[in-house]
Amino acid sequence: MIKHIARTAGFTGLLAALLLTLLQSLWVTPLIIKAETYESAAPVVETHSHDAGAAAHHHDAEAWAPEDGWQRLLSTTGGNLVVAVGFALVLAALYTLRAPGGLAAGALWGLAGFAVFCLAPTLGLPPELPGTAAADLAQRQFWWIGTAAATAVGLGLIAFARNGLLKVLGAVLLIIPHVIGAPQPDVHEALAPEALEAEFKVASLLTNAAFWLALGLVSSWLYRRQSQA
Amino acid sequence: MPITTAHSHSAAVSSTRSQRLVVAIGASLLGLCLVYFAGFSHIEAVHNAAHDTRHSAAFPCH
Repeated sequence: MIKHIARTAGFTGLLAALLLTLLQSLWVTPLIIKAETYESAAPVVETHSHDAGAAAHHHDAEAWAPEDGWQRLLSTTGGNLVVAVGFALVLAALYTLRAPGGLAAGALWGLAGFAVFCLAPTLGLPPELPGTAAADLAQRQFWWIGTAAATAVGLGLIAFARNGLLKVLGAVLLIIPHVIGAPQPDVHEALAPEALEAEFKVASLLTNAAFWLALGLVSSWLYRRQSQA
Repeated sequence: MPITTAHSHSAAVSSTRSQRLVVAIGASLLGLCLVYFAGFSHIEAVHNAAHDTRHSAAFPCH
């Protein structure tokens, strides 16, 4: 069973990460790099922190960073691979409890993953280009994780609970994070022009949707194939 | 039940529901740890390496 999960997750993660890297290279990364030209051209005012006296908590000159070009592409591919295998592990683990009936079920699992890990969090914290003002990082990460968890449990209850009351509880769980609201910056400002920001949001959402659909389809196909072997 | 699926069914029966639950939770936690490491880690070098992954996936980054 563990082998079954590992094999499904490994191959799925690899394929989905390659697709993600391809889509990013074509559309998403060029937008990020374009935004960074605005960021590096801006006067050296720390836009990320709220306290004027606070030291820049980011952009530590000491830390290693990949150089633009193949180094950056390679490390992004590595990041994609780790994230994709991680998500695929979660999917394969869920399949041991609820085996997908076919490719359609796999697509639904993928869309559920997209809703949990992308759509719900971005409702409060839209995809951001470098150089966009935002609230404290730890607070945003906390809200992001809480939202993903609540959405996952909520969708699970709506899909699998037999009791109507539990289904209602699931729907409530979907809404709660958005009633609480994501942490917002004191002042909304961005260095990149609005059109670039808008295109980035669309690019990020579509890329993630394709990535999750691939994760769901490939993982369910591989999982079923191994079950039948 | 067709004979071709008998093998996988007997394998599924031999692992109990609670065993499967433990493995599923373990694998999920491992997967989430991987995502956390690449997407949420505060280690500067990891952040820089996975920078474009984070922005693209709409993880909180800066």
